[in-house]
Amino acid sequence: MTEEFSPWREFLSNKKAVAGLVIVLFFTFLAILAPIVSPYNPDTTNPSLFLSPPSKAHLLGTNTLGQDLLSRDIYGAQISLIVGISAGAVAVVIGLIAGLISGYMGGAIDEIIMRIVDFFLVIPALVFMIIIAALLGPSLVNVIMVIGLLSWAPTARIIRSMVLSLKEWPFVESAKANNAGKFYIMFTHIFPNVTSVLYGNTMLAISGAIFTQAALVFLGVGNVNSISWGGIIREAYTSGALTAGDFAYVVPPGVFIFALIFGFIMMGFAIEEIMNPRLRSIRE
Amino acid sequence: MNPFHKYISRRVIFAVISVIAIISFDFFLFRLMPGNPILLDYRSPALTKTQIETLSKQFGLNLPLWQQYFLFMKNTFEGNFGISIFYHQSVSSIIFPALENSLILLVPATILAIILGILTGKLAAWRRGTSVDSAVTGGSMALYSIPTFWLGGIFILLAIKTKTFPVSGMYTIGEVFSSPVAEFADLLDHLILPLATLTLVLYGQFTIIMRNSLIDVLQEDFINFAKSKGASDSYVLNKHAVPNAELPMISIIAVNLGLTVGGAILTETVFSWPGIGFLIYSAINARDYPVLEAAFVIVAIVIVLANIIADIMYSYLDPRIRYQ
Repeated sequence: MTEEFSPWREFLSNKKAVAGLVIVLFFTFLAILAPIVSPYNPDTTNPSLFLSPPSKAHLLGTNTLGQDLLSRDIYGAQISLIVGISAGAVAVVIGLIAGLISGYMGGAIDEIIMRIVDFFLVIPALVFMIIIAALLGPSLVNVIMVIGLLSWAPTARIIRSMVLSLKEWPFVESAKANNAGKFYIMFTHIFPNVTSVLYGNTMLAISGAIFTQAALVFLGVGNVNSISWGGIIREAYTSGALTAGDFAYVVPPGVFIFALIFGFIMMGFAIEEIMNPRLRSIRE
Repeated sequence: MNPFHKYISRRVIFAVISVIAIISFDFFLFRLMPGNPILLDYRSPALTKTQIETLSKQFGLNLPLWQQYFLFMKNTFEGNFGISIFYHQSVSSIIFPALENSLILLVPATILAIILGILTGKLAAWRRGTSVDSAVTGGSMALYSIPTFWLGGIFILLAIKTKTFPVSGMYTIGEVFSSPVAEFADLLDHLILPLATLTLVLYGQFTIIMRNSLIDVLQEDFINFAKSKGASDSYVLNKHAVPNAELPMISIIAVNLGLTVGGAILTETVFSWPGIGFLIYSAINARDYPVLEAAFVIVAIVIVLANIIADIMYSYLDPRIRYQ
């Protein structure tokens, strides 16, 4: 190699990464600018517009309360991004700390942490989340914590496997020889070397959290009181709009969930590809 | 003890501990809830103090918590999950038929998704870097991103518009079947849409897993060696590469079973398929806690068991574990 390897340049020359980034930025702006771009206040009800079909005034029609569906679809981006990013962050931070400690300490601590990780990998997370969310009641913080606290296991496992090989490297040996503390070595010497994997993993954790939040709301648990895409799809089922063939009600929120998840996943896979040369596609 | 037996016994011990942890968690989670279960169950203001006391005694609620815990553990292992608040019959008489219905949907969908995933994953890995690869990988990522409950909804919309397939339940309600064949045909008719939904959402991840593990294998020395011997492309791929790539797939599939079950719950809910997922959904809306408690334990145990089977298969197929 003649050029120096620059992850950021690689990222911007990767088609998947750029496409993902554009999608995520689009929804971020949509969420922030929702009060400006939506045609109506999403909460304003109008009893005379019960489930009205798409019209010039209401491009996607209205729901049973006469609320404008296009505006609600736009506002839905907020909850998906807030829950996705916060829950993803909770999961990644816990996974990172557990993985660092488990891999570096080894021995009994490693064994205990890894068995807990196995346990969380094996249990059916969605069933767990449904039950806990149903018991805790509807609240944004509850949903974020439930998703985050039950999704950290994959991150912990990947970080641990990286730490296992990193801790044998000479730079760690020399830090030890200089009497550096265990936690000092973990966070100042080993942590910077796992960030590359962490970025890819964070994208996948966020996409998983967005999916889970929508699924929970669809099932009637979680933060059912906020405007969200999962909630709009649920309303479409319960109001009979779905069986009546109302495409404008059902299609947009699903496409939005799909697109946002797809955006994060593309970035995640692209980062994985850039960091793992074996998966990098062959360039002519 | 030989290493293979040692490995297996370690996994079995872990599985037993997991099951005990799951049951304990189940017990304490539901005990933390506010409210008295007797009042919740009977919902009658006319209930007298003596009646409440008698019922508490009958259900063992007057015992200290640790005794309740061991009683709960014992009952769970005996398959006694109490009485459903909503159906007013024993939970086990509801839950086991539902489990069977779930498997009728879940098993064919998983097998179909794995077979399709292996086929397309193989294609993408072999044609790596070409437009075929990008199309397969892109398509798989797209399928992986589709919300299950929404895809099901779109199928329902289309099926109603075109009047092709039934969109709800397992059999036509009220139908009397002239023969087992007619009954089976009706079941298949109802199975098509949920099966298609679940297979499609599972299929994407299996393709990506197969592609990536095959790409790893294709860079091993023994592949180059086989090629240099003059073996044909398809021989190298099918006889040398694929068997080695299937190994990691087994363990990844086992680990992802929790996700697969999540997909099944959503699919069942959308199509009112009378399995455990739909039961959980109905139990949440009916606040039927005994059914929820039992469903959680049953699903978790099934997954722990499936993982043990996968572990045994894996270590049996991979001599590196057997003789370590």
